[in-house]
Parts: sequence; C-alpha cells; structure tokens
Amino acid sequence: MTDVLTISDLQVSVADTPILKGVDIEIRPGEIHALMGPNGSGKSTLAYALAGHPLYEITGGQVMIDGEDLLEMDANQRARRGVFLAFQYPVTIPGVKVADFLRHAVSNIRNPGRKEGESLIPMREFRKELRSQMDQLGLDAEFARRYLNDGFSGGEKKRMEILQLAMLKPRFALLDETDSGLDSDAVRVVSEGLGELTGPEMGVLIITHHERLLEFNRPDYAHVMLAGRIVETGDADLAQELHANGYAAIRQRHPEAAAEEQDQEAQQVASTT
Amino acid sequence: MVTDAKTHVAIGDYQYGFRDPTDKYVFTSRKGLDAEIVAQISEMKGEPGWMRQFRLDALKVFDAKPLPQWGGQLDELNFQDIFYYVRASEGQEKSWDDVPEDIRKTYDRLGIPEAEKKYLAGVKAQYESEVVYGSLEEGLARQGVIFTDTDTALREHPDLFREHFGTIIPPSDNKFAALNSAVWSGGSFIYVPPGVNIEFPLQAYFRINTENMGQFERTLIIVDEGANVHYVEGCTAPTYSSESLHSAVVEIVVKRGGRCRYTTIQNWSNNIYNLVTKRAMVYGDALMEWVDGNLGSKLTMKYPAVYLMEPGARGETLSIAFAAAGQHQDAGAKMVHCAPHTSSRIISKSISKAGGRASYRGLVKVNNNAAHCKSHVVCDALILDPESRSDTYPYIEIDEDDVVIEHEARVSKIGEEQLFYLMSRGMSETEASSMIVTGFIEPLVKELPMEYAVEMNRLIELQMEGSIG
Repeated sequence: MTDVLTISDLQVSVADTPILKGVDIEIRPGEIHALMGPNGSGKSTLAYALAGHPLYEITGGQVMIDGEDLLEMDANQRARRGVFLAFQYPVTIPGVKVADFLRHAVSNIRNPGRKEGESLIPMREFRKELRSQMDQLGLDAEFARRYLNDGFSGGEKKRMEILQLAMLKPRFALLDETDSGLDSDAVRVVSEGLGELTGPEMGVLIITHHERLLEFNRPDYAHVMLAGRIVETGDADLAQELHANGYAAIRQRHPEAAAEEQDQEAQQVASTT
Repeated sequence: MVTDAKTHVAIGDYQYGFRDPTDKYVFTSRKGLDAEIVAQISEMKGEPGWMRQFRLDALKVFDAKPLPQWGGQLDELNFQDIFYYVRASEGQEKSWDDVPEDIRKTYDRLGIPEAEKKYLAGVKAQYESEVVYGSLEEGLARQGVIFTDTDTALREHPDLFREHFGTIIPPSDNKFAALNSAVWSGGSFIYVPPGVNIEFPLQAYFRINTENMGQFERTLIIVDEGANVHYVEGCTAPTYSSESLHSAVVEIVVKRGGRCRYTTIQNWSNNIYNLVTKRAMVYGDALMEWVDGNLGSKLTMKYPAVYLMEPGARGETLSIAFAAAGQHQDAGAKMVHCAPHTSSRIISKSISKAGGRASYRGLVKVNNNAAHCKSHVVCDALILDPESRSDTYPYIEIDEDDVVIEHEARVSKIGEEQLFYLMSRGMSETEASSMIVTGFIEPLVKELPMEYAVEMNRLIELQMEGSIG
C-alpha cells in the first residue's frame, strides 16, 4: 500500500492515564478530514502521538505510512517522511532566527538522508521561495529575521505554523486548533492560506471547534471523538450539524462513550483537588 | 606530523588535539620551578638586571602565597612537574616560509595564515614559550603602531615598557600573577598612538605542543588618547593524559577617549589548567570591552577586570562559558568604579552539559566618592542535562549611596517541548539541541565580527556533537 496514512486501533496513554482507546482513521492524499469533539476527548493527543512526542505512550494499535511502521520512527524521521503537525501552542526558541530555522528544516525534509553538518539548501533559492511564501501570507520581510515565536502575537504564531506548512510541503498535515485564539480577520488569513496550500498531493487532518476553517477547507470526512474513540464519521454536513447544535445529540446517540467521558472528568477533578 | 593511535583515541570531539615532534627543539628547561630556573630563563633572553630581579622577587611572592581555596579544584596541580621554558625554534620570522615546517603546518591547520590574508591587520603566533611569527600592516607601522612580542618590546622600547609593565597587575596581586611574573615569556605588546584607529583586528594565536608544558605569556596593551584597537586571541593544545598549565597576565591601559576591545576564543584541550589574570585601567570617556569565550580547558579561572579611573569611563564584559564532560569553567568579570559618572555592564551566558560545571563569579565594586555610577549585570545559565551544574557567585561591594546597580540571573534547562518542536520539523536531536544552544548565546555572538561569530558557532556545534542520546 502506498500514499496512505493508516491509523488502526490506536491506543495512547499520557502519564499512565489512557486517553485514546482505539482510534481508526485512514487518510489519503487530497483528502481533508475534520476531527471534532468536546474538550478532553483526545483530539490533540492523537495529533501529538502521530507526530512522535515522547511523553505520549503508545499502548496498542498501529500507524502505517506507505506500508511502514510510523510508530517505530522518532519525531524527526516522521517529519522527514512527510508528517507535519501545526501546533496549537507553538514553542518559542530564543535567539534562533525564523529564516535559519526554516532553512535547516527545509534542507532536512527535502533531503531526508541529510545528516547534521551537511550542506543546506542554497541560500539564493531558499530566500526567493521564502519571500514569495511570506508575501502570500502577508508577512513582511522583517519577520524572517525575528527569533522563532519570540514575542509573537497569537496570530503571528499561527501564521508562522502555516508558513512552515507552505515551506515544508508535507504529505500529511495535522492541524491542531490552528484557528483557536484568533480574531476573525486572522482566522480568515489562516484559513485562506491553508486553502491555497492543500491540493491533491496533501492529506489533511483538521482539528477544530470552529466553522470558519472548514468553510474555506471543506472536509471530505468529519470524525467525532468522544472519550478517546471516534464515535461517528460523516461528511461536511455532520461538521455543520455539530457547529449548529453542539455535542448533546452525539452524547445521546452514544450513551456508553458519554458515560465514560463523565467518569474521566470526575477522575480529573479528583486528582487535581 | 606525529599522530599515533593513542592520540586518536584521546582526542574525542576535540579537533585540535594533534601534536608535533619535539626532537628538533632548540631548548627545553628541566622540569620544576626554583630560582635557578627563573635565572636561566632571564639569561636565555639576555634581559637587563632589573627584569631578572623582578622575576626572582616574584618567585618569592609565589612561594609565599597559598593556593586559592575558592574557584576550582587545584590540589592535583603539581608545580614541580612542569616545563617552564621551551623554545621550539631559533627566532621570530616575518614570513611563514621561514617558520620550521612542523610548526608552520600546525598554524596552517589552525587557519591562521588564511585569516591573516583575509581580515587581520597583524598576527603574532606563539608556539610553546616564544613567538615564532609576527606581522603588522606597513601602514600601521608608519603611523607609529607597535605590535610585537613582549620580549622584543623590553629590548626595543625599554622606557614605554617599564613605565607600564607590572603596574596594572603587580606580582603581589595573586599567586598566579606572581608565577607569571617569575617565568613570563612571549605574549603581545601593543602601543596605539593618540588618535590612531586600527580598523581590522590584531590577532595572537597561542599554541602549546609539549606535554606538561607551562605557557606564561605576558601581554601589555597601551591605547593612547582617542585611539582604537581590537585585539583577538585564540588558543589550542594537543590532548595528553597528564595536565599542562597556562597562566597568562594581560595588562591594558586605555587613555582618555580611547577604545579597546579584547576578544578571547579559548579552546584549550581538556588537560589544561587555564588560570589567567586580565585587567584594564580605563580613563576619562574611554571604553574597555572584554569579549571572553571559554570553551576548552580542564579548569578555567578567569575574571577580566575593568578599573574605571575617571568620569565617563565605561567597561563592558561579554562572557560565554561552555563546560562539557570533565570541565569546570569558573569565569566572570570584575568592574571597579573608582570615579564618579562611570558605567559598567556584564553579560554572562554559560552552558553546561555531560557533567560539566559552569560558574559565574563576578564583582561589582563602587568606591567611596564614586557617585552617579551605573552597573548592569545579567547572568543566564543553560543546563543541558541533570548531570551538569551551574552556579552563580555575584559579589557587590558598594561604598557610595548614589548609584544604580542592577543584577539579573536566570537558570534554564533545555526544554523537552523545544526539542520536540524542532525535531517535528526534521531536526535530529543533536541538531535541535545545538540550535537551542546557538540561539541561547546569539545575543553575544552577534557582537563579534562575522569571522569570529562563525568560528564561535562552529566550536559550539563541535562541543554539542556526539554528546546526546
């Protein structure tokens, strides 16, 4: 099997607490999947586990990329295989300029066999491409000389994630609440930017609470997560229904998962008091 | 070039651990330190009587002073197991072609002749105890600039020499200043006449080659009124299983309106004790800047000092220390405000990894009557793993009410989230750590001229390589 990201019965724990309890999704190039669900249902956990965060422990199931075991790879190998996570909370790296960081990232991802110290993508070629992508996202030249996410506004951080997406051209993009914490103008810029970038080559998983991102990027599939499981899969109409009516109907249709959700919340309250 | 299997094993990450043969050396003193050795050094150099006496007096001070009980671990340092004077070649050459082949090749490998062609106004290359090569741009010589080794300065500029030598750091200052005063050899002597601005840096490169060799260069820089100089020093040594000692004294005078920047990129091998005393006296409206990068050595104890002698004098120290396995960097700065309306700034960035220890030790002192002084101290430490250690010892002594002293200190650990973020963009773990460390020192490195910034980043990357996971 090629060109598919297949998630089968994936189970993930964080600090010995089971969060994902068997998740199945299959993403092909050109497809847009929306992943929706209430807070704490496990959406971000799925994103982090797929990207290879060391604190997310895989306790069962498998994830295959082009027929190879993704879970055997560390985070940088996954990135080089074409998996990209746009972070909900991008991390600040003081003293590292956006352009330097991106040049290293682009060099590694376009030349997956590259070892540190080996040559980088030529400066002229890189600069030209970076400038044109920054123009598209309405970022001025000064942005490339700033330190990575250091002192960035919420909107700048999200645009930085989209800029990375544009430069790295992943085969599978995971967007973790890329529209959260933004005013409506910023949501529009980010949504349009994403709309420009996706295409037949890229499979996309969009984690979102909001409608706007999906308006510009109409999903082929919408998955609803509750208490660590996908309880329903539909199309764009399902996504719209959830936006309009919330999760009450979902909980009614899936009483077992809803009960599990309540148990989990009770445990969390108990452990924090 | 002799490189045996043992050397290869011992070098590890250190790229400059190779060594040259020593069988063609002109002179090597016997091991150990006593009045006879000191007198012999003076005699070999054909020095005047006053210098011989200065050395012998300094030896008595050295013998009388106890080892410091603070800073690093010095108990294993055996002063009798060191060669105090080693001369590898006959004299100092003005052309690299005339430098003995083994030595010339070493400097080629260190990239000195190439750097000289591209961006230096003058070079001194010290190999063991003596300077083996020297150059200075002709135009600067015509303007009266002196850039020579310190032994030659004693012979050729006796009055200027004696007026300043030992006045800024007398032998009685500390045990290692006394040691250097007794056995000093080589080092740079610089005089910049009033109003002369030297656009490109002058560089000295210090190389130890012999096992158990002690290097004791003595540098004296006089920047006359309104003049400007940037002096850069680099240093490396072969990796041996037993220790060697580097103990320099650097004295600087910056007269009214002058400016001196002294940049050190210290990259000794991990068997060198690096115990150095550096001090500048700065007069009205003049500026002294120390840029002090410490990456190598087993133990470094070094606190470049600025004495602010007249109103308007400014002092600044940017200190970068990187302590890896088996290393202790005890580095910092001293700012002594002796006059009103003087200002100082200390910025220290230290990194420790793989069990290394980095300490900041600094003093800000404001004398009585030195009102309206300002001092700002920032210390940032980055610890890469739980085995490593960082300490901060800030001393502040203020004998005046009307002053502004600020001190900030931060200790941070390399964050798992930072590593993950970079790795999720295709960086290997080593590359990601290296990038975080390079970013950490960026605010200081950007102060360096481009060539040295590149060199500093390259050395940091070498320190980071093979260290993680």
